[in-house]
Amino acid sequence: MSVEQIVVLGVNHKTAPVAVREKLTFPDIEVPLSQLAATPNCREFCFLSTCNRVEVIFTTAAVDKGAKEVRALLFGASEISDSEAKEYTYLHQGEAAIRHLFRVGASLDSMVVGEPQILGQLKEAYRQATARKCTGVILNKLIHKAFSTAKRVRSETNIGSSAVSISYAAVQLARKIFGRLKGKKVLLAGAGEMAELAAEHLLTQGCTEVIVANRTLERGVKLAKSFGGKAVPLSDLEEQLAMVDIMVSSTGAPDLILTKSQVKPIMKRRRSRPLFFIDIAVPRDLDPEINELDNVYLYDVDDLSQVVEMNKNERQQEATRAERIVAEECAKLLAWLDNMALTPTISALRRKAEEIRLAEVQRSVGRMDLSESEKKSINKMTSAIINKLLHHPLLYLKEEECNPEERQRKLAEMRRVFGLDEG
Amino acid sequence: MPFAITYIAYALATTLYLVFFFSQNSRVRTMARRLLLVAGLLHCGTILGRYLAMGHTPLTTHHDTVSFFAWSCTWAFLSFRWRYRIKNFGTFVAVLIQLLLTVALLSSQEIRVLPPALQSVWLPIHAAVAIGANGFLALGFCGGLMYLIQDRALKRKKFGLFYQRLPSLEGLDQLNTHCLSIGFPLLTLGIVTGSIWAKQAWGAYWQWDPKETWSLITWLLYAALLHQRLAIGWSGKRSAILTVIGFSAVLFTLWGVNFLLTGVHSYVR
Repeated sequence: MSVEQIVVLGVNHKTAPVAVREKLTFPDIEVPLSQLAATPNCREFCFLSTCNRVEVIFTTAAVDKGAKEVRALLFGASEISDSEAKEYTYLHQGEAAIRHLFRVGASLDSMVVGEPQILGQLKEAYRQATARKCTGVILNKLIHKAFSTAKRVRSETNIGSSAVSISYAAVQLARKIFGRLKGKKVLLAGAGEMAELAAEHLLTQGCTEVIVANRTLERGVKLAKSFGGKAVPLSDLEEQLAMVDIMVSSTGAPDLILTKSQVKPIMKRRRSRPLFFIDIAVPRDLDPEINELDNVYLYDVDDLSQVVEMNKNERQQEATRAERIVAEECAKLLAWLDNMALTPTISALRRKAEEIRLAEVQRSVGRMDLSESEKKSINKMTSAIINKLLHHPLLYLKEEECNPEERQRKLAEMRRVFGLDEG
Repeated sequence: MPFAITYIAYALATTLYLVFFFSQNSRVRTMARRLLLVAGLLHCGTILGRYLAMGHTPLTTHHDTVSFFAWSCTWAFLSFRWRYRIKNFGTFVAVLIQLLLTVALLSSQEIRVLPPALQSVWLPIHAAVAIGANGFLALGFCGGLMYLIQDRALKRKKFGLFYQRLPSLEGLDQLNTHCLSIGFPLLTLGIVTGSIWAKQAWGAYWQWDPKETWSLITWLLYAALLHQRLAIGWSGKRSAILTVIGFSAVLFTLWGVNFLLTGVHSYVR
């Protein structure tokens, strides 16, 4: 089988606008998978559909025909013609297809580079495909390699570690102040979406309690319930500040709700334990001068955006390192594919048998006192054993009538039975 | 073990720590840690060599005192690392050790034998305990310095080289407590043993010699810090500042007194 028979075809956020992407929705993955099974030119295939991409990874002997069939399937529900569909899709073949898949799995092709969901989505797509026996030797190997590449990228680079959203940047800063967030308490003043998100992040990172202080107590109680915390009236703010470690503020108040002179006595009551203020509100809730107090750290939306920008830059650098890992893994897979052809397998099998024979003959002959002609006949005899033993396995491999997929399966089977890929 | 070899081993370890600090390559860190351990062991050999050459505890010349100071920093750090880890702490400590060793390298290594009157069992006890205390207080100083740098980055919202590499404020604050809780009792013990030795050698427990006075000032500074931490619950920036000031007093007791003022301790030059 040639590498060029591996193909990836699809649309993503870079090639198609959302107006086009939203037409390609596949709520039930069963449908495209059974349709793909019915197309004459897709041998092995896997169907991946996420909010930013829809793509089919498949192997085919006739790339052009196969691609056309897959496009027809993807755009079937829309009125987009095949020539137009061609503009919105990417078609990668051979090495490019392998690299593309690895980059997708490692989250290098994502809208937010490094976001972790894509690997799970790819795993799910693969699980669905295998459950319906849509994949074979080649795609199994290819997609497993995509998983291990993604894992390597995660562990060897910091691509996933830096925060690229405002709410996550707040968590990152909190960790620089408090170390582990376990046991820390959060006070949520006001109830904005971003503040809720930040509180949620802080909770998953180990914070134990969320207290909600809201102007209307009713709404506060509701929100507090969703975090499993308690609600207090906004007038209790200063009382609560003596107890908590982090305050996220996002009230719709037109003026400042907290000033430096209010926080100063609170710090005394806190015995100077650090206090971290996150002000997400616009206009701001918290007096910027609060930041001048010792052991108090105040960040507003602009400060947090600055952290996000810095993280984006860092992530870009890490992406470069990740690309190197992808290239390495790509080369390894190509080597494996080369070996998956018939001739290299046969010669590897013969070589292995010959090596075993020679080693064993040498061991035995060394201990015996034999003449030249005796040695010769021992060599002859052992060679004959090897040849006869390999005769049927080789016939089995070379069988003419088997289709390409069957041959791949046989090759993989033989390589495994004789341990040709070990060591 | 000649001092020069020990010095080179430390210099290599420090260089590796600095390379690690900038590159954050964990393989370099492993090498740096191992090399520091080797340097620490060589240093033990160096000190033993001086002991054999002098015939008494080698803490009576300036070279030996500073060298022993560096030794106690190294082993205080290694003993800490064995228990818990602080991100990039090693680089700061290694640089401090290297500075101390450079001072030791530049001062005379000539052997001076102590007058018999001062040769007492209290010499090794007093000097070793006092300088051992300095080792832990030096670590506290490094931690305090790191705290102040990190605090400044968080306050000014400047996220440069240090912000990324330094640990959390809370972690550094704990380090401060740890160093103080070991360093302070040792310092106290150093002063007590010193006054016992003074009684034996000169007949008086305390004679307001400048070194004694400055030890007392240092002790009071650290006692104040400990009191504030335990009784009032001081933490954070003020503790860090006081730790740095306390260590300046340690250094003045060690050097300032010898070079600027004179007294009964002045043989230690």
